Amino acid sequence: MAAPKVISRTSTQEELASDYKWGFVTDIEADIPPKGLNEDVVRLISAKKGEPEWMTEWRLKAYRYWISEDYREPRWSKVSFPPIDYQDIHYYSAPVKKEKGPESLDEVDPELVAAFNKLGIPLAEQKALTGVAVDAVFDSVSVATTYQKQLEDLGIIFGPISEAIQKHPELVKKYLGSVVPYSDNFYATLNSAVFSDGTFAYVPPGVRCPVELMTYFRMNSEGTGQFERTLIIADKGSYVSYLEGCTAPMRKTHQLHAAVVELIALDDAEIKYSTLQNWYPGDKDGKGGVYNFVTKRGKAAGKNSKISWTQVETGSAITWKYPSCILQGDNSVGEFYSVALCNNHQQADTGTKMIHMGKNTRSTIIAKGISAGQGQNTYRGLVKIMPTAQGARNFTRCDSLLIGSKCGAHTVPYIEVRNPTAHMEHEATTSKVSDDQLFYLMQRGIKEEDAQYMIINGFCKGVFQELPFEFAMEASQLLKVSLEGTVG
Amino acid sequence: MAQTNHNRPILDIRDLHVSVGDNEILRGMDLSVSLGEVHAIMGPNGSGKSTFTNVVAGRPGYTITKGEIIYEGESILGMFPDERARKGIFLALQYPVELPGIRNREFLRTALEALREARGETKLAIREFNKFLEEKAKAMDFEPDLMKRNVNEGFSGGEKKRNEILQMSVLDPKLALLDETDSGLDIDALKVVSRGVNEFRGPDKAIVLVTHYQRILNYIKPDFVHVLIEGRIVRSGGSDLAQELEAQGYEWLREPPEQAA
Ligand SMILES: Nc1ncnc2c1ncn2[C@@H]1O[C@H](COP(=O)(O)OP(=O)(O)OP(=O)(O)O)[C@@H](O)[C@H]1O
Ligand SMILES: [Mg+2]
Repeated sequence: MAAPKVISRTSTQEELASDYKWGFVTDIEADIPPKGLNEDVVRLISAKKGEPEWMTEWRLKAYRYWISEDYREPRWSKVSFPPIDYQDIHYYSAPVKKEKGPESLDEVDPELVAAFNKLGIPLAEQKALTGVAVDAVFDSVSVATTYQKQLEDLGIIFGPISEAIQKHPELVKKYLGSVVPYSDNFYATLNSAVFSDGTFAYVPPGVRCPVELMTYFRMNSEGTGQFERTLIIADKGSYVSYLEGCTAPMRKTHQLHAAVVELIALDDAEIKYSTLQNWYPGDKDGKGGVYNFVTKRGKAAGKNSKISWTQVETGSAITWKYPSCILQGDNSVGEFYSVALCNNHQQADTGTKMIHMGKNTRSTIIAKGISAGQGQNTYRGLVKIMPTAQGARNFTRCDSLLIGSKCGAHTVPYIEVRNPTAHMEHEATTSKVSDDQLFYLMQRGIKEEDAQYMIINGFCKGVFQELPFEFAMEASQLLKVSLEGTVG
Repeated sequence: MAQTNHNRPILDIRDLHVSVGDNEILRGMDLSVSLGEVHAIMGPNGSGKSTFTNVVAGRPGYTITKGEIIYEGESILGMFPDERARKGIFLALQYPVELPGIRNREFLRTALEALREARGETKLAIREFNKFLEEKAKAMDFEPDLMKRNVNEGFSGGEKKRNEILQMSVLDPKLALLDETDSGLDIDALKVVSRGVNEFRGPDKAIVLVTHYQRILNYIKPDFVHVLIEGRIVRSGGSDLAQELEAQGYEWLREPPEQAA
């Protein structure tokens, strides 16, 4: 099969001129209910979307759980931030539609299209030729989905989750909350109560999705939280590769992002999930930026199934995220490839959990942490081998690269083995960009800054090569932009 | 070989004193190299040969306490290594560095682009570059596959040395400093490397070749041979000096000779 292509974004002059490449604000009328959260707001969100009763009830159940006494943000991570005032956040903001819903791209708000063009998202039909089905979530509502026809012919469902709730309630009912229950953690519970939109994908048995599915998330309104919910199901013997990209404009205040992603792979199915996270990281003094508190979990439910997470995390003031795999099916495989960058005052506490339940389950963890400025980067990983997981294997490798002397890298691996046949390998390294390497590159005529990027890029190679090609190019570009002024 | 004594030197080392920490390594070195010339520098271990080549290339970690390095008529002491490289100075390292995650091909391409830009030349199309590199690699007896591998990572000692000469021939500098490029080469590789250097050699090029062995000088005939001991050039001569050294060692030179050659 010819490799499906990915959109690639080109930046305008003005974007390149600013520190944060994607820091523009789009002037679109936003339909924003008052700040704060109570049962009425939850009902309002549900009603705005014309949701069925069972959905509203599910949200309310989550909300009631969320307000229960002593239910708090997890405190075990290494990140620190002032208390969040949850009543000072807008929980819903949808671009106002001129009439009903857009039937085709021509009907989409031209301002919005212009904004997407600025992002380089090929909403226009001719760009669908690049082979990406893009589902763009702007603030919180999916606006348009391209490449629909070809997917439909294959029986693939791909689009906003709000639509799936209407059109495919049986699938949503069956799987929503099946991997990340509403009671999972504080942020996941909040998300369950107020999620505004997100992406839904279902690939039927035996179908290999011929294109990369992609969602582009962007936060826009000031003081708005973003709570997407993503649900991807790969039925028996199917394959799907999904990409998400994230940007947010520059804001002086912190913005809350609390998404939930659930993946389910049935027998012999494979889901590859790639993330390029570039939410606004805040300025050089740590003002503003996105709090990225995300729960991502995949269940390799069927035998021989596979879940693979690849993430490049360069943005956000704080990243708290642990894309995880529950390896339930026999011979199932879990993978986690990660590059996390912390510059200036960014904090990242990220890693993965691999829970081995089935026989001969295998997991691989490759985590690369880059710290620059005063960035604090923590890898936190759990590998758990249950008594049922005969012959389970894990390989973990954590590499940290330090740039400058004020940053930090921390590795916190937890290993819990409850079956003696398990085979575990763990490697960890911490390094600095070596003077010898730098000199060697510069001796060949390469400028110091470029030499640094080449070395850093080389450090990330093992993860980047897991990304679809053009996405990999974009990832290394992103790294470069994120490190500007730090190296060289 | 026609001597080009009337040329202005491309490299002029004047009374160079270099320390690492409190340790003075070069103690008043003088050397003048003109275009068209090949100079061999020999000397015992620890005499300062690598220090000298590193300092000319601008490697950090050394303190120049006295003296001058004049390249093409101007002092380069204040220049960064990449600036010197873009002016045409190339150093084949005694211990080439491994670059994990950076492929030979992209490394060479990036370097060549940087140099071409500095020379005011246009960018080479990828296809042109690949073809060019393939030819160069073949001349160095390299499998094309080696270009896809990370720079020097897992290369054998000899492969690393050949890779240095390949880089020289791709980047086409004016002044090449070759620090023990012949050490650790088998007989065939020595011939390949010598051929590379001889092809590079010409009236617009200058070569400073550091070696411990007379053997490579059979293939690359130097115009001058210098002996560096304890941070000073104690004797200079023609290629017959190398033979003398091979036969007698350095001991007889440790006393300052009554009259320099
Ligand atoms: N970075 C350094 N730190 C400490 N000492 C150094 C350093 N670099 C060089 N030296 C010392 O300076 C002296 C000269 O070293 P150099 O590498 O220049 O010798 P050389 O002539 O190239 O020797 P060889 O033939 O063994 O390669 C040695 O005594 C070496 O230990
Ligand atoms: Mg040496």
